[in-house]
Amino acid sequence: MIRDITLGQYYPGDSWVHRLDARTKIIATMLYLIELFVVNNFYGFLITAAALFAVIAISKVPLKFIFRGLTAVFLIIAFTFLLNLFMVDGKVLWHWKFLTITYEGLSRAFFMAIRLVLIIIGSSIMTLTTKPVELTDGLEKLLSPFSKIGLPSHEIALMMTIALRFIPTLMEETDKIIKAQQARGADFESGNLFQRAKSLIPILVPLFVSSFRIAQDLALAMEARCYHGGGGRTRMNEIRFERADALAAVLMVLFLAIIIASRFIG
Amino acid sequence: MSISVKNLNYVYNPGMPGETVALSDVSFDVADGTILGIIGHTGSGKSTLLQHLNGLIKPTSGEVYIDGECITDGKTKMTDIRRKVGLVFQYPEYQLFEETVRKDVAFGPKNLGLDEEEQEERVRKAIGLVGLDYEEIKDLSPFELSGGMKRRVAIAGVIAMDPKILILDEPTAGLDPSAHKEILAMVRRIHDEMGIILIFVSHNMADIAKMSDRVMVMSGGKVALEGTPAEVFSQGSRLAEMGLGVPPAREIAELIKSKAPGFESEALTADEAAGDIRKYMEETRG
Repeated sequence: MIRDITLGQYYPGDSWVHRLDARTKIIATMLYLIELFVVNNFYGFLITAAALFAVIAISKVPLKFIFRGLTAVFLIIAFTFLLNLFMVDGKVLWHWKFLTITYEGLSRAFFMAIRLVLIIIGSSIMTLTTKPVELTDGLEKLLSPFSKIGLPSHEIALMMTIALRFIPTLMEETDKIIKAQQARGADFESGNLFQRAKSLIPILVPLFVSSFRIAQDLALAMEARCYHGGGGRTRMNEIRFERADALAAVLMVLFLAIIIASRFIG
Repeated sequence: MSISVKNLNYVYNPGMPGETVALSDVSFDVADGTILGIIGHTGSGKSTLLQHLNGLIKPTSGEVYIDGECITDGKTKMTDIRRKVGLVFQYPEYQLFEETVRKDVAFGPKNLGLDEEEQEERVRKAIGLVGLDYEEIKDLSPFELSGGMKRRVAIAGVIAMDPKILILDEPTAGLDPSAHKEILAMVRRIHDEMGIILIFVSHNMADIAKMSDRVMVMSGGKVALEGTPAEVFSQGSRLAEMGLGVPPAREIAELIKSKAPGFESEALTADEAAGDIRKYMEETRG
């Protein structure tokens, strides 16, 4: 079950999108997220969706894979949709007891749901096409100007790298612990909320103990390789902007211009 | 008590990019009171197979019968199976979580719905069976114990459920030689005193030869060989093909055979090899 979460996963490939500099992808994604809040009508979303699917097509990541990531956050989307549907005042379309659907509510609900879906798909394209290590390297580079004013950019990037690296390890560990406790007759599925929360203790305690053990081993392994923080470190693969990145930047600016123009349609 | 596995198949991630066949057409039977040793290369499907035996994994196809009762038809209650079949995973000490040893070992019996008195009784017996002193250890935190002791406590946690079949996945992995020896002796004692079916996985051929009544060799998700230790370990070249070996005693016996004409030995354990060598020396001298 936990294996189905594709959010933040990397999909190996060698497409044009995969080869872009991580910094380009991070900035483009940030601009894209801001862009979604600039859009004020459905035309804007239509253009965004078209651009998004063009990028997906170029990246060659199967659609099935992208939509699997959506199922994990389906509840949030559904909740947002319903909340907007019933909470907005305006021209009444349907009424039953205390529930009222208005024309404005319906349109607002769709608007919000589409925005959420686009946010999730858009940001998952970045993580699907960029190796976690490249992502954090890019982030470190982007943040490095701020290290002059005391922001520990290298440390932040390292923490992110470690966190991303150990998600699968900890998932495997959790799976093992759950099975071991089930073998001892543990039941995680029945009982009320309180009982269920309590039944997590046999999983959480060993998981914490394991995490500390893993952390200690990792620290030792890093020290054994003379790790001493970010100062003076060089890297094996220097990232640099290529012509493709310039092209991507131009396309992004063009896209933003179209989106801003779309605000005045209709 | 008996185990019967029929045409078991299991596929990980069916229809996904990472689709892997973990078990293909596995069939075997285990008679009451048997010690079955399972050997196989990493990724040969051993652990997947073990998890089928107490219902932790549902097979893609095929059946598992415990004591004549099919546990894979979806009708059996899982707690009933887990009461009968105790499964001890690799490095079981990583699953300890309670404040005291007594509470941790009582986790299984408690889940079975036994009353306090019975739980206490089970815990006392289980801790005794794994060779620890109940009074001395019951109020200690399991995290304070040494590695070997932690593992015993974890095994006691499964034994306390009073299973009729006990499965151990590499019970001696990562232990020092003396703890290794103690755990093996303990496993033997548990088998003899409880009169159960014992299944254990090991990469140590000497342990397998010494302990098992039957040996099963897994390779690529299939049962490659099955038989008595003598039968299985007589197939040295086939085992080598699968990246496995024969017990060291057998290796030495083979080496002597190739250098000393007239030396005969089918030894599997150090004792047997020593006996054959002595016999040979006496014969050649006389």
